[in-house]
Amino acid sequence: MDVPIIELSGVVKSFGPVDVLKGVDLRAYAGKVTALVGDNGAGKSTLVKGLAGVQPFDAGEIKFAGNTVSLHTPRHASALGIEIVYQDLALCENLDIVQNMFLGREEASGGTLEEGVMERQASHTLQSLSVRTVKSVRQKVSSLSGGQRQTVAIARSVLKNAKVVILDEPTAALGVAQTEQVLSLVRRLADSGVAVIIISHNLVDVFAVADHISVLYLGNMVASLETKDTNNNDVIGYITGSKTYEGIPV
Amino acid sequence: MTATELTTPPRIGSGFQGSARDQIGDYFRNMRNGDMGALPALAGFVVLSILFSFLNSFFLTPLNFANLLTQTATLMMLAMALVFVLLLGEIDLSAGVTSGVTAGIFIVLVKNFGVDWILAVLVAFAAGLAIGTFIGFFVARVGIPSFVVTLGLFLGFQGLQLLIIGTGGTIRVETPEISAIMNQNLPVVVGWALLAVALTIAVAISLWDRARRARAGVANRPLVLMWARLVLIGIGGALFVALLSIDRAASRGSLNGVAIETDPILGVPIVVPIAVGLLWIGTFVLDRTRYGRHLYAVGGNAEAARRAGIKVVSIRMSAFMVCSTLAVVAGLFDASRIGVVTAASGSQIVLSGVAAAVVGGVSLFGGRGRLIHAAIGALVIAVIANGLVLLGLPAGVNFLVTGGVLILAATVDALSRKRASGGVLR
Repeated sequence: MDVPIIELSGVVKSFGPVDVLKGVDLRAYAGKVTALVGDNGAGKSTLVKGLAGVQPFDAGEIKFAGNTVSLHTPRHASALGIEIVYQDLALCENLDIVQNMFLGREEASGGTLEEGVMERQASHTLQSLSVRTVKSVRQKVSSLSGGQRQTVAIARSVLKNAKVVILDEPTAALGVAQTEQVLSLVRRLADSGVAVIIISHNLVDVFAVADHISVLYLGNMVASLETKDTNNNDVIGYITGSKTYEGIPV
Repeated sequence: MTATELTTPPRIGSGFQGSARDQIGDYFRNMRNGDMGALPALAGFVVLSILFSFLNSFFLTPLNFANLLTQTATLMMLAMALVFVLLLGEIDLSAGVTSGVTAGIFIVLVKNFGVDWILAVLVAFAAGLAIGTFIGFFVARVGIPSFVVTLGLFLGFQGLQLLIIGTGGTIRVETPEISAIMNQNLPVVVGWALLAVALTIAVAISLWDRARRARAGVANRPLVLMWARLVLIGIGGALFVALLSIDRAASRGSLNGVAIETDPILGVPIVVPIAVGLLWIGTFVLDRTRYGRHLYAVGGNAEAARRAGIKVVSIRMSAFMVCSTLAVVAGLFDASRIGVVTAASGSQIVLSGVAAAVVGGVSLFGGRGRLIHAAIGALVIAVIANGLVLLGLPAGVNFLVTGGVLILAATVDALSRKRASGGVLR
């Protein structure tokens, strides 16, 4: 197996007396989808916030493409190309798709916005993800469906050369058809060479799209498996703690 | 599906493609979908103007037209100032008293302390900026709702104004430069020259936009639409200047058989280029700069803006600073028109300013609205007052009608929005 683009070893995070992460290992590979599953309170969000640099880990080693790095601020994370798509998407409904994708990093020259440049890059990114559901990049986000919004949020994350994209429950609020669209987008995203980490409660989605599955249980990474070597029941067992993993960690 | 279809995904449009006919079709489609902008207010202005011109023969005279402009200017400035905070979903109830207090500071400096008028104007602006910073600090950093902070200032500044002007005081404006804003007109030729400059800038910017988009390799709208828009603006501007270039001196009557020779009154009032210039600069900043984009973003979804790395606190503070600073302009306009600064200056106007912005299509919930909306809304409110006074109706009717128009405008907005989101009224 090649070098993981991101590798966490022995990551620890506590809030006061509560140990949320008790020495967690996680690996994600370029071009692969890694699913991070676990019950509520298992530490998934804390792990993601650590990777985002929002809540730095207390201890543990973070390797990015084989080199030890520090993730103490969101700036570190985005400089490395780690992008997070949060569950609530964080889009401005009153702005259009291009404006949202470039929010906070607008292209400008001579103090005025370069709308044309941004428009071209935005449609280029959407096209590279083979997005077909969006009619115009100048549509207001308020006029988009949930799946289209998810698409915009994902496209926003890969606009600037993302290496790792972390998706927090991307299909939680979507219908069947839109879930299908988003999952195939996630697949294409990985196929384009990005390491995708997807957090989901929906094991059907996880099995549909993930290459690896990592299971968190009460702050420990209890299992790390190849999707093809496992099944739904086993994963549920790891998530609920009723089954113990004895394989070799991948 | 053929191989080529698989390898070349359909190009995603941007709304800029297509013939002029498609574009116009899109425009009306957007309108039906609730994106009406200032159109209802503009329609209201036209309907009211037609109505009043039938009811009163004086309404559509050049003199009344010029009066209407100067009557609108103060409200328009204040409404434009408020747009900056309304865009964030905030409010500045103290904008009116800020205009009063800063006009008071100006007049006291000039009259009581003999300060040069330019310096006094600068001090007034500095005071406005300081007030805005104060409000911004308490709203954005301390976290008090803007309604509360500015309500406090609204009450407090009425007292401050009393202290500055003196109890029951009224101070006359005797600075010719300030009086001229509302009471003097540009020479006719200067009016036309300014129009020519404005149109040249408009053409240049339109061509510049097209060149930039072309350089970026994205579609431009058909050229004919650009020219059609510019020609419409040109015709509107020409009619405007032409109407104001007619001598509008009142009754050329005669007294005891001797004809009275009055000096002609003609030309664009000086306030017009000032107001239009500020409107244009403000619109440029809001539409074309990072700052403007971030202001809309914070108004639309502050959390999203924060995560995108936008300094939300600074944006919030700056909006109040801009609002209070522009309120100073409104205060000077008011002092110029009325000719005096009183202890009550500016204490009545702020809610009319909010009403003007809302009538024009600015959302109180933030993120939606433009300066031109506030300007048109102010025209609607001013034309109601102007027309009803001409009809000789009591002032009470004016307030009732203005209130009714505000509720009507909010209803039109709400209904169009519900329709757009497929709500109950579809």
